[in-house]
Amino acid sequence: MDKILLILKREYISRVKKKSFLLATFLMPILIGGMYALSIYLSVKDSDEEFLIKVIDESGYVGNKIEDKGVAKFEVITGQIDSVKTDVEQGEGFALLYIPELDLYKPKGIELYTMQTPGMELESDVDDAVENALEATKMDNLGLRQNTLDSIKTRISIKSKSLSGEASTAGSSTIAMAIGTISGLLIYMFIMIYGSQVMRAVMQEKTSKIVEILVSSVKPYQLMMGKILGVALVGLTQFALWMILTFAILSIGPMLLDVDPQVAADAASGVSVAGNSGGNAQALEAMDKLNDVLGEINIPLILGAFLYFFLTGYLFNAALFAMVGSAVDSEADTQQFMMPIMMPVIISMMMLGPVLKDPAGDLAFWLSMIPFSAPIIMMVRIPFDVPTWQLILSMLIMIGGFLGTTWMAGRVYRIGILMHGAKVNYKVIFKWMMSKD
Amino acid sequence: MAIPKQSIFGLLGPNGAGKTTLIRIINQIISSDAGTIEINGEPLNPGHVRVIGYLPEERGLYKKMKVGEHLLYFAQLKGLKKKESITKIKHWFKKLDIPDWLDKKVEDLSKGMQQKVQFIGTVLHDPELIILDEPFSGFDPINANIIKDEILELREKGSTIIFSTHRMESVEELCDHIALIDESHKILDGPKKDIKNSHRSQTYLVNHLGAMGALDSHYEILGTNKLEDEILETKVRITDDSDSNLLLKHLINQTKVVGFNELIPSINDIFIQAVKEANNG
Repeated sequence: MDKILLILKREYISRVKKKSFLLATFLMPILIGGMYALSIYLSVKDSDEEFLIKVIDESGYVGNKIEDKGVAKFEVITGQIDSVKTDVEQGEGFALLYIPELDLYKPKGIELYTMQTPGMELESDVDDAVENALEATKMDNLGLRQNTLDSIKTRISIKSKSLSGEASTAGSSTIAMAIGTISGLLIYMFIMIYGSQVMRAVMQEKTSKIVEILVSSVKPYQLMMGKILGVALVGLTQFALWMILTFAILSIGPMLLDVDPQVAADAASGVSVAGNSGGNAQALEAMDKLNDVLGEINIPLILGAFLYFFLTGYLFNAALFAMVGSAVDSEADTQQFMMPIMMPVIISMMMLGPVLKDPAGDLAFWLSMIPFSAPIIMMVRIPFDVPTWQLILSMLIMIGGFLGTTWMAGRVYRIGILMHGAKVNYKVIFKWMMSKD
Repeated sequence: MAIPKQSIFGLLGPNGAGKTTLIRIINQIISSDAGTIEINGEPLNPGHVRVIGYLPEERGLYKKMKVGEHLLYFAQLKGLKKKESITKIKHWFKKLDIPDWLDKKVEDLSKGMQQKVQFIGTVLHDPELIILDEPFSGFDPINANIIKDEILELREKGSTIIFSTHRMESVEELCDHIALIDESHKILDGPKKDIKNSHRSQTYLVNHLGAMGALDSHYEILGTNKLEDEILETKVRITDDSDSNLLLKHLINQTKVVGFNELIPSINDIFIQAVKEANNG
């Protein structure tokens, strides 16, 4: 055990000190934070900017109804279109909105003249403003009032409960889907990135011939386990640092940009746009719903399960990666052995869609009982309320699977690391696995 | 096969004889199909890892690690405490005339320097049994001599050394005992002196000026070579209980003798002869 710790320590320290690790660890949150800051900056900046649009209304439907909308400010004028065009060309106002005589129920021929191509936001604001004006005219014609219309509008939100009466599901399905997919994806990434690091490390130890010196002091199994656990710790460190740094940047960032954090959060989630559109109530409702759903999701369970499947999924696969690394002499030889390890993981990623469609179905159940796919599939299912016995069974299967692969890998490893230049195929690996101590 | 304490034991054999396999079994890297191994009368057990130092033929270091950290890692794997290890590392640096390499990265060292570091790694924990597989490969003659002296000193201090090599001149120079194995069987074993003696064949090399006439029936001429300056070299074997004095006396009457030496077989010759015999038999 002492020796496993020594090996783990060396593996961990040498990896954490690497430039590539530091770069990846610190650059990633800065990148995320930077993107976030940029989006805040842009949305805050955009809302400050206004475009003056001159309106010539020949129809009589728009001119007295049009209201400023978003970045678009309107000024209704009378005059000849050509002379106003010249004014705009000379910098008086950003654009000219020309509304010809039109059929209220089939409006056609509305044009926006600009010097510069207008941005998407401006275009949609102008669109909305004209639509609103036309609708207001129609309502007047029909004798309708805005509050009558509002009182007709009905919004409901159906909450579906499982029969046991525990957490609700369907209402939260979008969030659940997002949480499940993201955790599944993270686990997949972790397995692939760190699994292949274990493989490369084992191979390097073999090709640099250091391994024979090491195994004269420690058992091959200890060497392998030390390595696998060391890399796991590196992965967890990186993950934890990402979390901490990302949160730090997200909370400090707005202060540096001198923006109210609440505004920033709203801006980043696109709420401000909704707010500007006059659908404030709608946005609030969406926020309420989100909070509702988050309240219904068992966050400690998800975090705990994530950590568990994150680790066991990695350990299960890392042993297999170590086995491949010990058997081959060069990176090129790894290909044929990597396929059977990668395929199940990739296939479980491809199964995400079908599983999400029916998280309690047979496919989802069986995939979450196979150690290759269980970490990813189970994480996808957990936000949808998995029966406890299934969760526990799947967790136990992961332990069994992990013990199984490390046993297998250990047996191949102890022989593989000392074999140089031998032709290795599945038969040979099987023979190593079965040969006695 | 018995390896005497405090000796340098040459483990010899042709390629594929099983030397490395035997060494790996002693190091408990692999286990044996049959037979037993005892160290100091105790059956081989995991505790013995601590008393063995092994320098494999295929050896390397972590390129990105610092020399000091690397040696410390080796020492700790053998069970040494950190503080003790550092003192020992410094001691060995001084002994092998190595400048302060503690903070130098392994990849910045030349091959010979790396070999020195590996040698230190092998002996750092004062092993009772040191197993060296081709320890001189990669060393220039000066460094090879330094290592040779260290090996001799380690024996003086009480260590037992198993020395596996294909370089027969270093076997001649260093080994007290040798064992020759082929196809995992021992074909020769014993003190080097005894083995050499038993391979003496009463043959002498005679350097002389002018042709040698026919010798009497006690002696047999095995062949003559021409050396420089008209000197001839003749190989003569005594065929019965005559001895070197009588042979010399006889030769003086036949020709002008300028040199007279017993032909002692080299380990190289013994090796080749023994392996050939084993293969034929």
